[in-house]
Amino acid sequence: MEKPELECIEMNSGFINEIEEGSGIKVSACFQCRKCTNGCPVTFAMDLYPDQVMRYIQLGLKQEIRESATIWVCASCETCTTRCPNEIDIAGVMDFLKQSVVKEKGQAAEDKVLAFHQIFMDDIRKRGRVFETGLVGKYMLHSGDWVTKLKDRSILDEMLLGWTMFRKGRLNLFPKRIKGKAEIEKLFNNSL
Amino acid sequence: MKVSYYPGCSLEATARDYRESIAYVCGGLGIDLEEIPDWSCCGATAAHSTDESLSIALPGRNLTLAEKIGLDVVVPCPMCFNRLKTAEHEIQKKTRKELPHHFSGKIKVWDLLDFLSRPDRLSQIQAKVQQPLKDLSVVCYYGCMANRPPRITGVDQYENPQNMDTLLKALGTQVQDWSYKTDCCGASHTIARPDIVHTLVQRLYERVLDAGAEAIVVSCQMCQANLDMPQATIAEIFRKQYHLPVYYFTELIGVSWKALEAKTWLSRHMVDPQTLLKRKGLI
Ligand code: SF4
Ligand code: SF4
Repeated sequence: MEKPELECIEMNSGFINEIEEGSGIKVSACFQCRKCTNGCPVTFAMDLYPDQVMRYIQLGLKQEIRESATIWVCASCETCTTRCPNEIDIAGVMDFLKQSVVKEKGQAAEDKVLAFHQIFMDDIRKRGRVFETGLVGKYMLHSGDWVTKLKDRSILDEMLLGWTMFRKGRLNLFPKRIKGKAEIEKLFNNSL
Repeated sequence: MKVSYYPGCSLEATARDYRESIAYVCGGLGIDLEEIPDWSCCGATAAHSTDESLSIALPGRNLTLAEKIGLDVVVPCPMCFNRLKTAEHEIQKKTRKELPHHFSGKIKVWDLLDFLSRPDRLSQIQAKVQQPLKDLSVVCYYGCMANRPPRITGVDQYENPQNMDTLLKALGTQVQDWSYKTDCCGASHTIARPDIVHTLVQRLYERVLDAGAEAIVVSCQMCQANLDMPQATIAEIFRKQYHLPVYYFTELIGVSWKALEAKTWLSRHMVDPQTLLKRKGLI
């Protein structure tokens, strides 16, 4: 019988150190019990399960994690963080990984998810509050999602929904601005 | 009594029904909600997904403003509540001296549902009930953010919360037990990945029906929007009929008090919430 060929990976502890120091979260405490994955509601949309993300970090597979859809489709529901027997803040690790991609201006595997976050942040920066009525339109233009939605005609449903909401008095026409806008701008500048 | 109030961005627009019913209920209980002057957005999921320092500084600014007023602050949106509590936690860490805001923790940050379901207020609410909602069969859906993670929210019963159940039972409602009270509805993906939302929400609808309920009650405007708005689309995708109205707990308090305004709040929903109540002789 032929022996299966084992692929060897070289462990790189630089990555786990980077994450533990940067986030203060002890990924090394993970003993792979998979409780996080078992309770995660969105595993069906993930390419790596939460426990695999933890293991990949321990092994130093930085590239694979940075390119994974998982960190973006994580719904931040905090179930994993709540249940981990080793008190590892898994949702916090997902956040830290997303933030690093943003900081290094890297490519997000789920670019639309990131596009929406960025439009949301731009709105806060501009006015101090989010103007929900304008958000969806801006997202569609920015992400190019309107092209897809035009093709599959779902854009019609969305326009109808928007119109119904407007009729029901749930959409404001004019955005609100706060007085402390300069303060917000300073927070944004300091974070860069 | 007087408290500070942090409404959050969606209560200014899409969740107008929630805002109006909260104002009515608090008014009826003699609770004076003083809006924090010049409050700003808490940053929500977008901030903690993209920038750690802003994810603390944005809610942090509001904590500082609230502490200036000196009254406990009540927060109806569980997402805002969660972000304010996270900021409170981080600002009070000695290791995070670089943070630009101050918060001594002298005032308490309350989740609205928790605030209204404490025993003294609960009996006040119950005393004002004019028509018990006795034929109405519902499940309470709490969502993620008001309870998790307990280290931040300070909640004890985070896997099986009871406060909304208790409150609705006090209104006379038939509350069904179910195991999906805190399962995620995927609200943060509503815009960019609606497919994920459809899968999660359809599962919830099925569980609601399994539990024998005819409606869902929530305390979160994101859960409300996410369970209410796409219901017709989900029915089409999964080729199944659903008609599950999604009420705010404050709306049902109003209905049990015979609030004339209740019809206005309910008229803003997408899934018709009025027919069911009419059938039960409640509006
Ligand atoms: S629950 Fe915690 S210990 Fe278990 S696999 Fe997940 S991260 Fe590791
Ligand atoms: S926070 Fe993310 S990874 Fe954790 S259970 Fe929720 S969706 Fe899954």
